[in-house]
Amino acid sequence: MNFEFTEEQLMIKQAAKDFAVRELLPNILERDAKCIYPERQVKMLAELGFFGIMIDPQYGGGGMDSISYVLALEEIAKIDAATAVILAVHNSLTAYGIEHYGTEEQKQKFLPALASGEKIGAFLLSEPEAGSDATSQKTIAEDKGDYYLINGTKNWITSADHGGTYILIAQTYPEKKHKGINAFIVDRNSPGITLGPHEDKMGMRSSDTHSVMFTDVKVPKENRIGEDGFGFSFAMKLLDGGRIGIAAQAIGIAGGAFDLALKYSKERKAFGTEICNHQAIAFKLADMAVKLENGRNLILKCAWLKDNGKPYSIESAMAKQYCGDAAMEITTEAVQIHGGYGYVKEYQVERLMREAKVTQIYEGTSEIQKIVISRALLKD
Amino acid sequence: MKILVCMGNVPDTTTKIKFDSEMKKLDTNGVQWVINPWDELALTRALEIKEQSGGKIEKVSVINVGQADAEPTIRKALAIGADDAFRVDANPKDAYFIAAQIAEIVKTEKFDIILCGIESSDFNDAAVGSMLSEFIDYPSVSAVSSFEFKDGNICLKRDIDGGKETISISTPFVAIVQKGICINPRIPAMRGIMMARTKPIKVSVPVATDSLIEALTFELPVSKAACKMVNAEDTDKLIELLHGEAKVL
Repeated sequence: MNFEFTEEQLMIKQAAKDFAVRELLPNILERDAKCIYPERQVKMLAELGFFGIMIDPQYGGGGMDSISYVLALEEIAKIDAATAVILAVHNSLTAYGIEHYGTEEQKQKFLPALASGEKIGAFLLSEPEAGSDATSQKTIAEDKGDYYLINGTKNWITSADHGGTYILIAQTYPEKKHKGINAFIVDRNSPGITLGPHEDKMGMRSSDTHSVMFTDVKVPKENRIGEDGFGFSFAMKLLDGGRIGIAAQAIGIAGGAFDLALKYSKERKAFGTEICNHQAIAFKLADMAVKLENGRNLILKCAWLKDNGKPYSIESAMAKQYCGDAAMEITTEAVQIHGGYGYVKEYQVERLMREAKVTQIYEGTSEIQKIVISRALLKD
Repeated sequence: MKILVCMGNVPDTTTKIKFDSEMKKLDTNGVQWVINPWDELALTRALEIKEQSGGKIEKVSVINVGQADAEPTIRKALAIGADDAFRVDANPKDAYFIAAQIAEIVKTEKFDIILCGIESSDFNDAAVGSMLSEFIDYPSVSAVSSFEFKDGNICLKRDIDGGKETISISTPFVAIVQKGICINPRIPAMRGIMMARTKPIKVSVPVATDSLIEALTFELPVSKAACKMVNAEDTDKLIELLHGEAKVL
């Protein structure tokens, strides 16, 4: 086994770190408080190629591996989890979905604009009454011969407004249940698409999240991904990979909180000594560090499996569940180590604790991950 | 026209510096190496000028005097945008040695503009640029904080006592640059990182040069006393501390 990173992987990690510290850290509390989308930073990340990091160079991407991608996501999320989720949805779901399951025409048509960041990707699966139960899609894609007619509502859509290219999951044959579901590439500016208000969220407040309403939206037939009825299977395959990205985001949030707690514990004095010298604090730091190390190793194993064409569905569920839960635990402890200062916004750990929560919820809750893992264990 | 940027490979500026037990040699265990910050600014400005020059600047090269372990740092320079690199394969001993090695490359490669950071962040000799210009008989301008290249004319600004001096200069020359030369060092883009693989690093053997300086021993600075906070209303306490403890009054 080889645990060494390549020079390129380290360079990408450092580039992401430098970018996050220089461009994302300033004004982060204001963006969080006022839900300001990181427009300037997204444009800069696009120029640096982070929106095409894994896309094949023939479509304008950087052609980097999944390991580079998770390292970059972690560094971005350490500082700004909202920007990390914009990147994660775009890269893991929209771009990856089109590149790996789209036709050559679809790739040539949509990937260059995604790789350059001219269009940001969004993934439209969840509905008001279909979250974890993704099979019960109510959004209808009616087959009208040379186009599909879309009607319905999607919920909790990251980058719904700033996104340019949607991947939409909708039901074509309700009687066939999940086997009747299709996936489509939809332009955000298609006539008939309207957005609900910006969701006022607990965390990730500067990423734009909306519900998206479709009223008689026409989608050309050539925009369907895969065979008729492939949509649900496609969505599940995408989420297997998406989980690696969210796990990396979660461990980034946790790592950011840990770094702050470690630093604070070496500066803050109580009972005549720095608080890190009290075993109650030192042991917390040790527990946090172990969880971070475990989480990172799980993520890197998934990325390695993916890069080497091996199955990673179970491992990515494990990574997502572990890292999401670890992020919540580590950020909560980071606030505890900061005491009263952790409870005010200025010290950042309060924000990181709020950011962490959703990593246990989106792209499959921790409970759904346990279903995936246990079903695999109990199969046969 | 061709630009050469001289770059040092230095410990990351946040490194906790340690020496061996005899205090003679830097302990490099666990040290992360980076492009010397002033050289990185010089490289960024060189690339900006090349991009604005409308083809007048054909290429930007970097040079490092160092061993093979400096190559990741050199490749970062290539990822940022340098077109090619030279590495003189030697353990750099002092500024004179480094300047002599770079001079040897410049004699055959004929660069029009040479940029050096004002000093290295590790040994702070601030000597390579001036020594190099003497070796190759180029004029040099020190403490350059602005470099403009318009319609083939070069305009440099340098900091002087109490103000700035604007200089017009024709090639070839050496500019020794400092902070202000550009806003931020450039972050490598994915495309740059990908292309760095294919850009050449030409490795050469060093020319025989005497080292003029020998470091006998190093000392770490005395650690600073902790900051003491004094209540804003308590001026008597402040004066007492400044007088009795800090002894500045």
